[in-house]
Amino acid sequence: MNIRAQVSMVFHLDKCLGCHTCSVACKNLWTDRSGVEYQWWNNVETKPGTGYPSSWENQDEYKGGWEKVGNTVRLRATGKLRGYTNIFFQPHLPTIDDYYEPWTYKYEDLFDSPPQDTQPTARPISLITGEHIDTIEAGPNWDDDLSGTKFYARKDPGILKLSPDEQKAIFEFQRIAFFYLPRICNHCLNPACVASCPSGALYKRGEDGIVLINQDVCRGWRFCVSACPFKKSYYNWKTGKSEKCILCYPRIETGQPQACFHSCVGRIRYMGGVLYDADKIEATAASEEKDLVNNQKAMILDPKDPAIIKQAQKDGVHMSFIESAQKSPVFKFVKDWEIALPLHAEFRTVPQLYYVLPLLPVLAVKKGNTFEVDNTEFFGAIDKNRLPLKYFASLFSAGNEELIVKAFKRMLAVRYYKRQQEVGDLDKSKMLDAMSQAGISEKVAEDIFKMISIPTYNERFVVPPLHREYQTAIDGDIDTYMGQPYAYKAATGFGPRKGVKRGL
Amino acid sequence: MTFEHIIYGVYPYVAVILAISITIIRYTSNRFSFSALSSQFLENKKLFWGAAGWHYGIIFLFLGHLIGWWFPRAVLAWNGSPVRLYILEGAALAFALFALWGLCVLIVRRVYDMRVQKVTTIMDIILLFTLLAQVILGIYTAIFFRWGSNWFAGSMSPYLWSLVMGTPEIGFVKSMPFIMKLHIFGAYTIFLLIPFTRLVHFLSIPWQYFARPNQVVVWYSEPGQG
Repeated sequence: MNIRAQVSMVFHLDKCLGCHTCSVACKNLWTDRSGVEYQWWNNVETKPGTGYPSSWENQDEYKGGWEKVGNTVRLRATGKLRGYTNIFFQPHLPTIDDYYEPWTYKYEDLFDSPPQDTQPTARPISLITGEHIDTIEAGPNWDDDLSGTKFYARKDPGILKLSPDEQKAIFEFQRIAFFYLPRICNHCLNPACVASCPSGALYKRGEDGIVLINQDVCRGWRFCVSACPFKKSYYNWKTGKSEKCILCYPRIETGQPQACFHSCVGRIRYMGGVLYDADKIEATAASEEKDLVNNQKAMILDPKDPAIIKQAQKDGVHMSFIESAQKSPVFKFVKDWEIALPLHAEFRTVPQLYYVLPLLPVLAVKKGNTFEVDNTEFFGAIDKNRLPLKYFASLFSAGNEELIVKAFKRMLAVRYYKRQQEVGDLDKSKMLDAMSQAGISEKVAEDIFKMISIPTYNERFVVPPLHREYQTAIDGDIDTYMGQPYAYKAATGFGPRKGVKRGL
Repeated sequence: MTFEHIIYGVYPYVAVILAISITIIRYTSNRFSFSALSSQFLENKKLFWGAAGWHYGIIFLFLGHLIGWWFPRAVLAWNGSPVRLYILEGAALAFALFALWGLCVLIVRRVYDMRVQKVTTIMDIILLFTLLAQVILGIYTAIFFRWGSNWFAGSMSPYLWSLVMGTPEIGFVKSMPFIMKLHIFGAYTIFLLIPFTRLVHFLSIPWQYFARPNQVVVWYSEPGQG
């Protein structure tokens, strides 16, 4: 056993209102620069939908992630030998048009317009070429709220995997539903981006599991962009280097949660440390598809177990991280309550961002001139979900519907429990029946309710101490770094202390 | 000291010394600038033909020149039979045309594509046209001064070795046709351009990737120190 620490996350999709505040917070902090203006390290997608970049989940096209080969895994398109032969041209690299051409508007035309018969307009111009764009054809959240549409929802790679009848059923007018899927880098335990980098510029930090790109080592081979199945590593077209979500490590190191977490209006985001067994990474990634999620969960260890604590300390995890992990909401969601599941475990990267599934609105059917709830149950039934379980399973459990049913049942049981307790218009036996079906006690139901409905800031964000003060020679001049914290204030942000400029 | 002495006896040393020292200075002081500076992200249709053609073509030719320099006897032995000579020269010419075609596509792309223009510097243009001139000179040499693989072993290889030994014998070059001389001058010039252009990317060939384990974990403190 080799215990490592990881900063992990949970997003509660039922609470996401799709406001994009997270995206804007991230954009303002990290990617408000030329060359990365098209990059949204945090983005929010409407599901069903094609997402950003377009159809990123379709690995037949992008060839991201790993494939199982015997007892191990191999990168789908960017493995070592193929990596070398594709170094001059990468067949599966998305281009800017798969994201969108970034643009602004010529606002000054509104002020400088000569007298004329028509109102002046601010025409869109490309942020790359500076030329006029006649028709803006895509943007970072272009399919926002467009479920049911021909070009977006119906082209969702997960939807296309369903049978024609199932697809037809989803898009019946009365059934149409959607939910939001906020995405950031998953800071995977088996990151495909790290494995694909020929220069070795990408790395996972040992102390906290944050995956970063060393900008000085990156040579712009762009393998990480192709290899990441989530398309969360991006190419800065101006500097010729790749960049990605840094999990706001400068904030975490100073005890603050990530900007997207902190700014979340719906308070859907939870973060905390977990301990995992690094010896199991390869075996977990190479699991049979139906076991992927269960094996991934089994890697996460109980930070309250004395034997685990002892081993963790032996393996170099600081006791303060272990104490923090004991309070981690992520452990509760993923291990204690089992209502949070990883996104696309079948990509075999062992992602460390878990999602609580959305309980979609109850289905209604038209009877005469009125819509009536198509249900005898109060909160709707799992088998009458607006979107089929198969679709959720394709997103959150690598096709294992049992896990989806279990999570849904638990969340419904919490609702029954609370409704019975607060309003009292439900039969108690019904509530108890739901609870026993879900396999949770009233105490657990109460805990889940508290954590998802009225959690405090400190319950949502248990920021583990990262102990940057113990940093050794990685930066060369530790005295400069730690001794003069204000020396580089307002210079170039984090990282390089010189201005960054494209090549020569 | 004659002009030829300066170009073929002094300039190579100047070019190599400057190339190495300035590359080292650039690497230590501005490592961020080392990058392939790929523009595939902005335009990938023309790049496919351009980059693949150019790179595969020029790598073959470059290695061919190295083999001619380092193993002249082996090349002469190979060329002993005319069929094998034709195969070698034919393959080299095919790769040269392949590289030329790729380079032309790259130049057209860089000059005419609106997006690629935005990430093009003056040094990119200088480099591209220097390479173009060099490839054309090389092809001209291959076609009109036959058979290059034979006489290279007899005159270029000893000349290059004399440079390495520090006793440049420019007699080998003096008797060569003007086009050939230009081609040799071009080679040193390209060497000199390395630290000032994106050419540094070829120094970044990721050899270590072969042997590296898949995952890279970096510890700020020594593991176990926690």
